[in-house]
Amino acid sequence: MFKFILKRLGVAIPTLLILIIFSFALMKLAPGGPFTSEKPLPPQVLANIEAKYGLDQPNYKQLTNYIVGIVTKGDFGPSFRYKDRSVNDIIAQGFPITLKYGIWSFILAVLVGVTLGIIAAVKHNSWIDYTAVGFSISAQVLPNFVMAPILVIIFTLWLNLLPGGGWNGGQWQYLVMPVIALATSYMASIARITRSSMLEVLNSNFIRTAKAKGLPNRVIIFKHALKPALLPVITYLGPTFVAMITGSVVIDMYFSTGGIGQMFVNAALNRDYSVIMGITILMGVLTVLFNLMVDVLYAWIDPKIRY
Amino acid sequence: MVVVSKKIKSMADNMASYEMGKKNSLWADARRRFFKNKAAVISLIILSLIVIFAFSAQHLTKWSNEEIDWAILGDVATMGKPSLKSGHYFGADPLGRDLFARVAQGSQISLMVGIVGAAIAVLVGTLYGAIAGYFGGRIDSIMMRIVDILMSIPYMFVLILLLVVFGRSIFMLFVGLGLISWLDMSRIVRGQTMVLKNKEFVEAAIAGGSNHLTIITRHIIPNLLGIVIVYASLLVPLMILTESFISFLGLGVQEPNTSWGALISEGAGQVLYGTLWQLLFPLFFFVTALFSFFFIGDGLRDALDPKDR
Repeated sequence: MFKFILKRLGVAIPTLLILIIFSFALMKLAPGGPFTSEKPLPPQVLANIEAKYGLDQPNYKQLTNYIVGIVTKGDFGPSFRYKDRSVNDIIAQGFPITLKYGIWSFILAVLVGVTLGIIAAVKHNSWIDYTAVGFSISAQVLPNFVMAPILVIIFTLWLNLLPGGGWNGGQWQYLVMPVIALATSYMASIARITRSSMLEVLNSNFIRTAKAKGLPNRVIIFKHALKPALLPVITYLGPTFVAMITGSVVIDMYFSTGGIGQMFVNAALNRDYSVIMGITILMGVLTVLFNLMVDVLYAWIDPKIRY
Repeated sequence: MVVVSKKIKSMADNMASYEMGKKNSLWADARRRFFKNKAAVISLIILSLIVIFAFSAQHLTKWSNEEIDWAILGDVATMGKPSLKSGHYFGADPLGRDLFARVAQGSQISLMVGIVGAAIAVLVGTLYGAIAGYFGGRIDSIMMRIVDILMSIPYMFVLILLLVVFGRSIFMLFVGLGLISWLDMSRIVRGQTMVLKNKEFVEAAIAGGSNHLTIITRHIIPNLLGIVIVYASLLVPLMILTESFISFLGLGVQEPNTSWGALISEGAGQVLYGTLWQLLFPLFFFVTALFSFFFIGDGLRDALDPKDR
């Protein structure tokens, strides 16, 4: 097991290095420096500012400083637009918000998706099954940026139940729509995957044996069928998590929740390169870590996997 | 006696259809199976209608997608409603531009992005996967390790980074989509290639003195076409989704050009002012087109995927 984790880390670390180098190179390739403005600064002033941010050093030095800063101190450097804030400040402000509704969406998607999938498989070819299948097909074409305005039309414009945006310290009224909008399409995918793997398991020999022994349905489903049926779902958790942190960009923009996605898009529109890079790398770290966790979990649960 | 003749007749029928079946090529078979699938055929018709709409709607209206209707600009919410009288069949957007023309133009861009993005994925992914799978060994493990690494990068963020650094343009969008879209394709193709390369006809080609390039392009890739087409048809809606996502954030196509995502974003921002048509018309086209693509993809899979036969 230990060796397996080491091996996965052997992929994870180069991945992150490549991501850092790639985004650093992109930043350097960008036309115009971070301090080019419509009114050109006097050369002396520009040189002073660049010296302050360490931009006068050769590129490789800047890159190694940047990486060392991240690895040793978790420091992503200063923002190029807001003189008084560092990238860490900006991340620290937005990330807890994203995390809060992200975790709720994740829980919602997994719980509802798995439950729906199991019910659909157990009651195969019943109306519940058809509803579940219909739902998972239609939710595929309803990504978060489509769900969000539809929810606002229903809950804010017509029913006048929920506020159309904002965060307000994360009260539940402000959480409902972001969480549903973010979760729907992944809920559908999870339901589809659970349903098909559960169907496969329910048709297998050991379940037939269990039935022949006269075990009650409840025991067959929860004790025998559930665990093998959930294995494919676990592999899907990695992509779901990634999609949720990506999707948070839309949610933040549409509901003005003030999470990391909003910071990212604002930085993108302001060309605040250090913030863009910082958030990209943070997301990369999260993605890689989460995939690693899912891999380990999978290897631990599934005895067929050799590592 | 009657019974016997009936039996003979059905046998004769069976024989006839067997003979017919023998003559059918793989592709004719697939076509027959595809056209039997009602959902796929209806989707194909709907999609054709959308394509026709996208490329001909500009001639049906007196407004262009860039022109502002100054007469309604002040009060789009009441005067910009969809109506036949004003000539704004789908109403007007928040700036008083004709939504009918804009939806048509947006459909063109979105469809183009979907198809070009999928085409890049097909070209790069097929070649990459076929080479990795065919040569195997160290080349394969290095090439696939690269794919693994690229896959675990949060591509949406990198795509946005690319668009910011090099300026937002359709070309950059294609480059960005192209960078990521081929990864899955290459994995699928590699897997198939590893199966194919041990088949007798490849052995025969090697014995016949063909070089590697000829074997890959003449023998391996043609046999991969089925699975590649199926996967490509599912990639088109994914590309459209990605582009819409980027455009929804205001980082995709630039004015006066638009796309489904940009139009949905524009309409979604106005929802609370009650101008629902600005959201619903583009949304309708977006959802219908995606549905159609998924059903067509499904139909193609049933028709072409050898596993399901």
